[in-house]
Amino acid sequence: MDALRKEFLGKTYPKFSVAVERGRIAQFARSIGTDDAVFFDEDAAKQQGYRAIPAPPTFAYSITMDAGQAFNVLEDMGVEKSKAMHGEQGFTYFADICAGDTITGQQKVTDIYDKKNGALIFFVTEMKLENQAGTHVADLHSVIVIRNG
Amino acid sequence: MAQGLKFADLEIGTDIPGLSKGPITRTQLALFAGASGDHNPIHLDDAEAQAGGLPGVIVHGMLMMATLGQMLTNWCPQQRLRKFSNRFAAMAVPGDTIMCSGRITAKREEGGERLVDLEIKAENQSGAVLLVGAATVAVD
Repeated sequence: MDALRKEFLGKTYPKFSVAVERGRIAQFARSIGTDDAVFFDEDAAKQQGYRAIPAPPTFAYSITMDAGQAFNVLEDMGVEKSKAMHGEQGFTYFADICAGDTITGQQKVTDIYDKKNGALIFFVTEMKLENQAGTHVADLHSVIVIRNG
Repeated sequence: MAQGLKFADLEIGTDIPGLSKGPITRTQLALFAGASGDHNPIHLDDAEAQAGGLPGVIVHGMLMMATLGQMLTNWCPQQRLRKFSNRFAAMAVPGDTIMCSGRITAKREEGGERLVDLEIKAENQSGAVLLVGAATVAVD
């Protein structure tokens, strides 16, 4: 655990940038089983006060997955994806993420700890997301759990 | 959607309308894998999941969290959602139903906004707790 902490604690991964596409938001909305018109129809979105079709609240995590975040930490550690699970996820929202936006972010490892005498390793990462105008749109807090052995 | 939730009308201890979705199918996991960008084989391939020490494929945690999110945005406009988090307490498998509920735990003012805090959770059809979390929304 000490070696892991020494190698990864505070590690910052390269900045990433992801274009938020309208078709992708529609596909995501369908896959979570919502038919809310704001995710499919720009007029409906504007009537609800959005500047364009908005991303659903948890879509921000998918933006980071598209940029290979979470998995890049596992690859870095040499851990198989099948040994990893999502332990916690948190979002703090500051502004809408909409179709047409380009979102940039950067992942930082902020804590590493274990439970059950090292059988479970917890990786905590934080990400701040900004849009193309430099507006801070959201913060993400993620905990990935690795089954060690 | 309940537009214009009023601070004065909301009482601590009150339940918000729940939301249940399911049973979750393997097809939905495949669609969500593509749509969400989470292609981890533990959600798609029994053999890979078993190689990782799981009984078989499991439901994406973020698919369950998305259901909690829909419960919240059925109650308040999405633009009023300030914080939303959960711990993934137990795994769900294909065939499970995700049953979400939420309760108002606090009312406060911060940064010029009237805020309501909620405790939220998701259970399966047997009452096992899958997600435990919290949310904060701004109200009028």
